Amino acid sequence: MRQERNVEEINAMAKRMRLKALDLTFKSGKKGAHIGPALSCMEIMAVLYGNVLNVDAEVPGDVDRDRFISSKAHSVLAQYTALNEMGFISDEKLNTFQENGTQFGGHPVFNLEHGLEYTGGSLGMALSVGVGMALDAKLKGRTNKVYILVGDGELDEGSNWEAVLSAAQFKLDNLVVIVDKNGLQYDGLTSEIMNIDSLQDKFAAFNCKTNVVDGHNVRELLNIFHDLSDKCPHVVIAKTVKGKGVSFMENRREWHHSQLSQKQYEQAIEEVNGGRP
Amino acid sequence: MIEITPRNIRTWSMLGQRGTAFTMALPDIASDRKDVMVLTADLSLLSGLERFKETYPKQFLDIGIAEQNMIGVAAGLAKEGNCVFATTYATFISMRSYEQIRNNLGVMGFNVKVIGSSAGVAMGTSGNCHHSIEDLALMRVIPDMQVISPADGLETIKVIQAISKSKSPAYVRLTGNLNCPVVYKEDYEFQIGKGNVLKEGKDIAIIATGTLVAEALKVSELLNEHEIYPTVVDMHTIKPLDEELIRNLSDSHSVIYTLEEHSIIGGLGGAVAECLAESGSSVRLIRMGFRDEYSGLGDYEYILRQNKLDAEGVKETILSTRMSKIRRGISWKI
Repeated sequence: MRQERNVEEINAMAKRMRLKALDLTFKSGKKGAHIGPALSCMEIMAVLYGNVLNVDAEVPGDVDRDRFISSKAHSVLAQYTALNEMGFISDEKLNTFQENGTQFGGHPVFNLEHGLEYTGGSLGMALSVGVGMALDAKLKGRTNKVYILVGDGELDEGSNWEAVLSAAQFKLDNLVVIVDKNGLQYDGLTSEIMNIDSLQDKFAAFNCKTNVVDGHNVRELLNIFHDLSDKCPHVVIAKTVKGKGVSFMENRREWHHSQLSQKQYEQAIEEVNGGRP
Repeated sequence: MIEITPRNIRTWSMLGQRGTAFTMALPDIASDRKDVMVLTADLSLLSGLERFKETYPKQFLDIGIAEQNMIGVAAGLAKEGNCVFATTYATFISMRSYEQIRNNLGVMGFNVKVIGSSAGVAMGTSGNCHHSIEDLALMRVIPDMQVISPADGLETIKVIQAISKSKSPAYVRLTGNLNCPVVYKEDYEFQIGKGNVLKEGKDIAIIATGTLVAEALKVSELLNEHEIYPTVVDMHTIKPLDEELIRNLSDSHSVIYTLEEHSIIGGLGGAVAECLAESGSSVRLIRMGFRDEYSGLGDYEYILRQNKLDAEGVKETILSTRMSKIRRGISWKI
């Protein structure tokens, strides 16, 4: 039975998710993993799964569930670990991450039983799918919401803006777009590679209600998700730090996808456990 | 001038043609040609383009994660007389920006070279979204598009050099992982549209493309132990297809096998099938590739093994089917 977690519980959950994500990255050896972009959205995922989303591992395909897709699907370690916390993915299954024959690869594969709503990895696709799912909820008179997490680098893709345009046109107040604004894309700073600012002005110009929050502050995130009452699509711009929680990964593009040495792994675990230098 | 030495050949192989080997050819081409432009969609670092970017900053553009825009911008530059190389992962560049490619490069013939990296299933564990097993078919159907899939690092360099001299659009498909096996140990003559016979055998012929050419060579050795001596062909160009070579092979062999890291529909196997059907040949054709389904997840070698595209799997297929000329008419599935 689903229970909403409070601020303290969610912070503890995010910490466990970080530790697990580091374990899985280390275990992946030379294959490496998208650890940096997962660490930037741990609190967002923990808040969504731990409190906001009406989803239940006992009835994973329930038609009235809230829908959530991480369009920045490479942050899969944040999603897998959150789904693990909520009972959608067992420890045993999660430990097959990136192994031969696994269901849990470096990008998620559509699998409702395990809470995965969409096969991701090609950026700029899921927001339009979110519009479709939100439209269906409206047409069928359901009250569930649709949450789509996008990356700020990902917003380079023009398809996102076609989706936002249509979301406003169809007055989809049941659609919540969350931007994990960590300021980095693969080749470097988004401000230098392809400047996306001002995001707030852009979404506002597309007739969405836009809020800016600290993406690592659980209380702020909870407050905003429980206060989305405008009659238009909602955009939550979450300011985050790529690699958050591990000093040598923070704001470093090389940790977009990388492998962990034994020493780095030990230091990362220690820092997440509170032993930060 | 880029030198073809054993050392360089090893380096290109180590870098792997899936991403970085092709970028080694670019500085050389750009050094005396201001019309050469290189565009990437946020994969400069991954493709090894940082050196090019530093050396020729005016001939380099990072368009961000926006493949459709990249092809559009490339088309605009090409329309004004430039020779443009545009690159990102094969899945994204061949599929996300397909209509941009079709209208700009196909219908209007703009001089853009589309370089799809990590094609096939090199990015095995990344998931199906990163497996490119349809790109050959998509590109092949565009009129006048050259479609090329080099076998190793040296051939990749030769392909890039060759297409830079032509004004026609091209799609280059880069398969395989880092540390690609070397197929060509020394310099050789490369020509777009002319397949290379790497081994002259008898009775059966394996026509392979991309990194699986190296597997085909391995298979031929495994088969020698069974006293089977296959002909092995590197069919680097899928279009224009070397139809003359295929007709000659069909005259002198009883079974032709195609081997590719792609769907058996529409790629090398499809192209060879079309050629053989129209030629009226009675040769038996067996296509090896992905059999109209998406693969499970795993590392590169695992996926090849699961789909019987590694040397051992190909050997099994050949051993169980090579007598098919005698059994013609019997319907069976490999």
